[in-house]
Amino acid sequence: MSLKNNIDIYGQTDVGSVRDHNEDAITTNPDIGLCVLADGMGGHKGGEMASAITIGTVFERVTEDIQHIKNGQIDKDTGFTLESKTVHDAVILANSNVYISSSENEKYRGMGTTVVVVLFYDNRFTVAHVGDSRLYRLRDGKLEAVTRDHSLMQELIDRGFYTPEQARTSMNKNLVTRAIGIEEMVQVDITEDVAMVDDIYMMCSDGVTDMIDDELIEATMLNCGTDLEKMASELIREANDAGGKDNISVICARPIKPFPAKNSLFSRFFDIFS
Amino acid sequence: MAKLILSFNGAVVGEHELTKETTTIGRKPTNDIQVDNLAVSGVHAKILTILNDSFIEDLGSTNGTYIGGEKITKRALNDGDVITLGKHELRYENEAASGEDGDFEKTMILTPGSTDEKEVTVDKKVEASIGKIASDLAAAGAAGSDGPGSARLTLLSGANSGKSLEITKVLTTLGKPGVQVAAITRRPLGYFLIVVDTGPEGRRPLVNDKEIGSQAHPLMDSDIIDVAGVKMGFYQD
Repeated sequence: MSLKNNIDIYGQTDVGSVRDHNEDAITTNPDIGLCVLADGMGGHKGGEMASAITIGTVFERVTEDIQHIKNGQIDKDTGFTLESKTVHDAVILANSNVYISSSENEKYRGMGTTVVVVLFYDNRFTVAHVGDSRLYRLRDGKLEAVTRDHSLMQELIDRGFYTPEQARTSMNKNLVTRAIGIEEMVQVDITEDVAMVDDIYMMCSDGVTDMIDDELIEATMLNCGTDLEKMASELIREANDAGGKDNISVICARPIKPFPAKNSLFSRFFDIFS
Repeated sequence: MAKLILSFNGAVVGEHELTKETTTIGRKPTNDIQVDNLAVSGVHAKILTILNDSFIEDLGSTNGTYIGGEKITKRALNDGDVITLGKHELRYENEAASGEDGDFEKTMILTPGSTDEKEVTVDKKVEASIGKIASDLAAAGAAGSDGPGSARLTLLSGANSGKSLEITKVLTTLGKPGVQVAAITRRPLGYFLIVVDTGPEGRRPLVNDKEIGSQAHPLMDSDIIDVAGVKMGFYQD
């Protein structure tokens, strides 16, 4: 079943106002409800290479593997759905591919990237991420950050040394504690959650969140209603107006009608209660 | 380079550059900055310096640590801040902290425990501190790095009262379709309760007798949840 008519998806990327090339990369597969965003880093062309390899690997692997999955199954060891496991494995493969590329090519030595992947299925979604690119959700007029950054700033916020507002203006904000392609192994954070009709999901690189605060992001999104194209371009414009110091990428997604799978985990009798 | 200017009764008695990642302040001579006065505790406070920023933490001192008249436990320091310990003052000076956000490329730090020496750095200043930051974070204990512990729900009402259900899935649905449906999701930071369907009466589940909002609601150990009229205790290890 194609999700193209159930979930509206729109993504856009921009080089920003300061950088001379774009190391961010985005891709989507609306048929299967897949969105991928990556923010590359590393000298020369390393950043562009790392993010391109990552979105390409995840796109291909998930598109291929999702066809062979029967919905409604849970991986016993982790408690994740098989869809989550598919996304997780695709990110691990991307990490390998970038790591190997950087070891084999002198000019790409040390390249890396963040990544955030969202896959919609059976009235729910899985989000996997490494680094400080984020997924937000707008529900009932309120913005909520679904992912938590893997960054030095977040560590300091968690320990009470900074408030999120102070962190935004700090000079240390671009230090990530996890990235794709830097080490042989990487720990990927996975979250599963319910996707409701009219939720708006927004993935972005730090080119947005380093320039504008959550209040402005929320106001901008609310102002655009259900026009995702307008939403993405407005967020990019706001980030550029605030300085545009980095590449800026945004992917927005909105379930417009329910998308239950054939043997939906929700239609079966409930996990808890009878 | 950031520094602290120590003064007593308005007279400068010393100047200390913040060269180390951790700088201790107190009455005992073992401190990096010794303040020899009875109003200052043996080990009164410490300053954590990460690249261009410094943070002060009071270490449970008797008389407290104040900045601008406000008692603090943990705080980021800004250029010009005056820290008061007892009757002494420490003035924090750091021109770099208030400077323009230069061309800071995104850089990476290896997390503690990694044996790979490979690093990606663009800025020389970053390179100098990276290994020290990682070990500092390790010493302080990485927050939430292992994910939340296991959790369970114990039924507190109805025929199955007392029965416990282990939460094994990342996303667990609960409730009664047509009455009220919710879900509990396990994220790195903990467990959250989310409304899925408010049912015909449009009511949301309760946590500790209060209706939750439409956003994901963080669950704490021993919270009492009420979904579709069934009360359960949420317990997390």
